[in-house]
Amino acid sequence: MSGGHTTMRCGEFRTSYRADTTIFPTPMSRRVALGAVVLAASFPLWLNAYYLNLLIQIGYYGIAALGLNILVGFTGQISLGHAAFFGFGAFCSAWLNNRFGLPVVLAVPLAGLLTTAVGMFVGIPAGRLKGLYLAIATLASQFILEDFFARAEWFTGGSAGALAQPFTLFGFAFNNDQRFFYVVLVAVIVMYLAGANLLRSRDGRAYVAVRDHYLSAEIMGINLTKYRILAFGSASFYAGVGGALYGHYLGFVSAEGFTILLSIQFLGMIIIGGLGSVMGSLLGTAFMVLLPEVMEASAQGLGGVIPGLKDSVAYLKQMAIGLAIILFLIFEPQGLAHRWKLTKAYWKLYPFSY
Amino acid sequence: MSALPQVSAARPVASAVAAAPLLAVDAISLTFGGIKALTEVSFEVRPQEVFSIIGPNGAGKTSLLNCVSGRYRPSRGRIAFKGTDVTALRPNERCHLGIGRTFQNLALFNHMTVLDNIMVGRHHLLKNNFFTGALYWIGGAQREELEHRRAVEEIIDFLEITHIRKAIAGTLSYGLRKRVELARAIALKPDLILLDEPMAGMNLEEKEDMARYILDLNEEWGMTVIMIEHDMGVVMDVSHRIMVLDFGRKIAEGAPEAIIENPHVKTAYLGADVEMSVVADAGGPA
Ligand SMILES: Nc1ncnc2c1ncn2[C@@H]1O[C@H](COP(=O)(O)OP(=O)(O)O)[C@@H](O)[C@H]1O
Ligand SMILES: [Mg+2]
Repeated sequence: MSGGHTTMRCGEFRTSYRADTTIFPTPMSRRVALGAVVLAASFPLWLNAYYLNLLIQIGYYGIAALGLNILVGFTGQISLGHAAFFGFGAFCSAWLNNRFGLPVVLAVPLAGLLTTAVGMFVGIPAGRLKGLYLAIATLASQFILEDFFARAEWFTGGSAGALAQPFTLFGFAFNNDQRFFYVVLVAVIVMYLAGANLLRSRDGRAYVAVRDHYLSAEIMGINLTKYRILAFGSASFYAGVGGALYGHYLGFVSAEGFTILLSIQFLGMIIIGGLGSVMGSLLGTAFMVLLPEVMEASAQGLGGVIPGLKDSVAYLKQMAIGLAIILFLIFEPQGLAHRWKLTKAYWKLYPFSY
Repeated sequence: MSALPQVSAARPVASAVAAAPLLAVDAISLTFGGIKALTEVSFEVRPQEVFSIIGPNGAGKTSLLNCVSGRYRPSRGRIAFKGTDVTALRPNERCHLGIGRTFQNLALFNHMTVLDNIMVGRHHLLKNNFFTGALYWIGGAQREELEHRRAVEEIIDFLEITHIRKAIAGTLSYGLRKRVELARAIALKPDLILLDEPMAGMNLEEKEDMARYILDLNEEWGMTVIMIEHDMGVVMDVSHRIMVLDFGRKIAEGAPEAIIENPHVKTAYLGADVEMSVVADAGGPA
């Protein structure tokens, strides 16, 4: 009997610690997350292709942004070459499928793994470099990879680009926005859960420890070089998978899309969303994808009132992104994730929150 | 002077006196661009001992601990831990062998919770990695994390920081942060724990608590302790042996009673009321 009692007590402890370490801390937040997934799953039934296209963009860019956040926000390193890894994943998945006939479902994760390998190779100097020097080293990797895309015709199709087949599963092709949306939705859920899990277990804590105080991290038994390189690997995996999905969605991959501009936009996404926040990565991506669209729509609306607005909207869109990044850095350096937290706290206490 | 319960004058060490040393530091020297921080310092620490290092500011105490933990590499001499030469090993490798430490200037992971800070201490004992960690529910990462969580909660109970376990480390008071740092070092399960001024900046009550924790660590958790501390009352009470550093040289080593009587020590560190003749006799620490 007493044995049974001990087991029970032990079980109690276990459940309480388990409940204490969940991704969604309250039953309410779990219900909200579940509700959001169900709602998202219904989108293709009632949203038109324009909106689905935007959501799909948020999905694949959001996956890559989470990777960059793991590297920059959680591990405290910098990368100006994230777009190149995104591009590498896109080319790689198309190549694996075209050249070896590997099914796209397998080509996407395998492209992620190969991008990881490239990212870790580029990350080797990261074991030694910090700050500005690392920024320059990653910038170099951006240009080297861009150059590789232009030259390696066997891999990328050179200046002509590469065709990418649609995502198929058991003969069913996810070849339009309605269908592909589900592929991206599942990928986002899987990749974000994996990211959240990583960050609440051993290696994720090690990343944050390296960021917060690398000397004391080393005293705690953390191999700095290994984790700095591993962070590049993790970031590249996410970039590779995001890029692969991008390729199979568009059906065509060409090097023009993966310039330093996209690398900076990725940084903008995580700054706006919140450095060191998993959900912030997705919020920031949504902001970056939607902002130009909102500008476009407002320009259409105001076009009659303000002459010349329609013609300059292309410039305005570019400028708005830069402006948003600067404004967030100044006024909300912790990003949308922080704002979201405050809003949640407000509603929790409502109506006594003042 | 000290408000601590008086421990018996000579604290007996649990292990036999003749036991092989846990740590053997052999004639290490350390220079910083012309400044001699340490000059041919040798000492041994036996298992289960509380070994204190005292000396004036700038004497080289922290540098010495840095050599033992691997932060600095001595320019000369060697350091053996458990009989293995560790002189060339990185700090993280020494951690795996069983050396843990706290810092004189706080070195917590300021944006993490107290709990996560201490969990980082379990890093080298955990086996889950980026892959199994990402899968979490499949492959045992969750089970392992929760097991270690339980061990960490024990340390949290021991150091009486239950109420702040979810707090962000950077927001805590100085005294509490010192305590969290100790918790993190204990979480490493080290055989040898290095404490650099664990009571600096604490009030009397906090000092008393800290002294009790150190005694418990030594007597109940079986850890060997090397401690740098300025509060002589505490040092006299908790140490088995004391080493005195001055200008990077060892000037004395021995039991607390012997140290307090040592004329070199009086000159260098303890008192001003020593006649010049004593210094002349000894020929200075050179
Ligand atoms: N990283 C360093 N760079 C240059 N000089 C140092 C460094 N660390 C310590 N020193 C010098 O070594 C000497 C001993 O310092 P330290 O070990 O901190 O003394 P203590 O801990 O006994 O107060 C001091 O003169 C100090 O200035
Ligand atoms: Mg010091």
